[in-house]
Amino acid sequence: MKIAFTAKGTGWDSPIDPRLGRTEYILLYDEDKDELSVTDNREIEGVAHGAGPKTAQLLFDINPDVLITGNGPGDNAAVVLKQIPMKIYVGAGELTVKTALEAYKNNELKEF
Amino acid sequence: MKLTIASGKGGTGKTTFSTNLAMYLAEQYKVVLTDLDVEEPNSGLFVHGRQTHQQDMFKMIPEWDKNVCTLCGNCQQLCSYHAVMKLGSQVMVFPELCHGCYACSELCPAHALPMHQIKMGELRQYRAGNLDFIDSRLDVGQEQAVPLIAQTLDYVERNFDTAYLKLYDAPPGTTCPVIKATQDADLVILITEPTPFGLHDLKLAIETMRELEKDFVVVVNRFGIGNDDVLRYCEKEGIIVLAKLPNDRHIAELYSRGELVYPHIPEFAEQLRLIGDFIMSQQGMQS
Repeated sequence: MKIAFTAKGTGWDSPIDPRLGRTEYILLYDEDKDELSVTDNREIEGVAHGAGPKTAQLLFDINPDVLITGNGPGDNAAVVLKQIPMKIYVGAGELTVKTALEAYKNNELKEF
Repeated sequence: MKLTIASGKGGTGKTTFSTNLAMYLAEQYKVVLTDLDVEEPNSGLFVHGRQTHQQDMFKMIPEWDKNVCTLCGNCQQLCSYHAVMKLGSQVMVFPELCHGCYACSELCPAHALPMHQIKMGELRQYRAGNLDFIDSRLDVGQEQAVPLIAQTLDYVERNFDTAYLKLYDAPPGTTCPVIKATQDADLVILITEPTPFGLHDLKLAIETMRELEKDFVVVVNRFGIGNDDVLRYCEKEGIIVLAKLPNDRHIAELYSRGELVYPHIPEFAEQLRLIGDFIMSQQGMQS
């Protein structure tokens, strides 16, 4: 299974970025290979309009099974994310990537 | 002559000032007032007129034709607003993000994004005494103010000749809708209040007007509160402070009842007279 996180940094101890559209990084944990890979999304800072769909498109390309984030997608991003057979869990905005994964495993996060 | 009333900061008195100035000048001149704050127009609360015209306003957005699309992805490369997006084997259009620029549609090699119209709002025209008043209103859920502002400006230009003094009440701030509302103005009146917030946002508005190379003057509202920093700043920068509207509880009471101020407050009327004289000296307009 592949689990994606919106994050403010590139490692396990990085805080989750509560924003989906304007997340700085998307981390992808491949459970089978036990690998964490990083997609840099920082260019979104300079994007005035449509950050939500743009980042959602990136997630479409990454194509994870699960996304763990904070606030959840806005309306436009949600339209794009509906095209992906991916479950979204929200409410991890105060956690780190590592603790968010644990929270997900313990069924402590809310499905969007 | 086209005159836009703008402000950096919200709540500085654009609407109070525009509606009073418009009604005051309409006693002598041909005046049309247009509320361009299409997201929350409120001039109509103070201009009590009879509706003479109403029309729906439309904007053009692309619609994807999957039968002819070659999925080249050109459209999403072109769109500055991420309003068109290729996802796998489909192209999605986000009408709320679309600015109606036609780029994706015109440059689609397969002509797979023909433009079609959607309703974005309504325009209403009123007659109040001698004043013509126009109010455009964005529909709930519509996010783009600029296309409606642009079409409202076109409507006014088409329907009112150069004998009219055209007053435009702009939205607050310094964003795209304000730029659209000011870019064709012959003169911009920036209204502010003599407070640190007022000065801070006035500076942003001045910076914007300088970038647009607009002639502008300043009107200070609620004169008497705060401090002298706005006046000192304008003096240092060589900016004309055209008038100082008094701070007066009576004005707030009139406002709260949706009434005009100048018929009741002589000092307010006197300041409007100064402003009117200045505008007419710029315009050389005959009564």
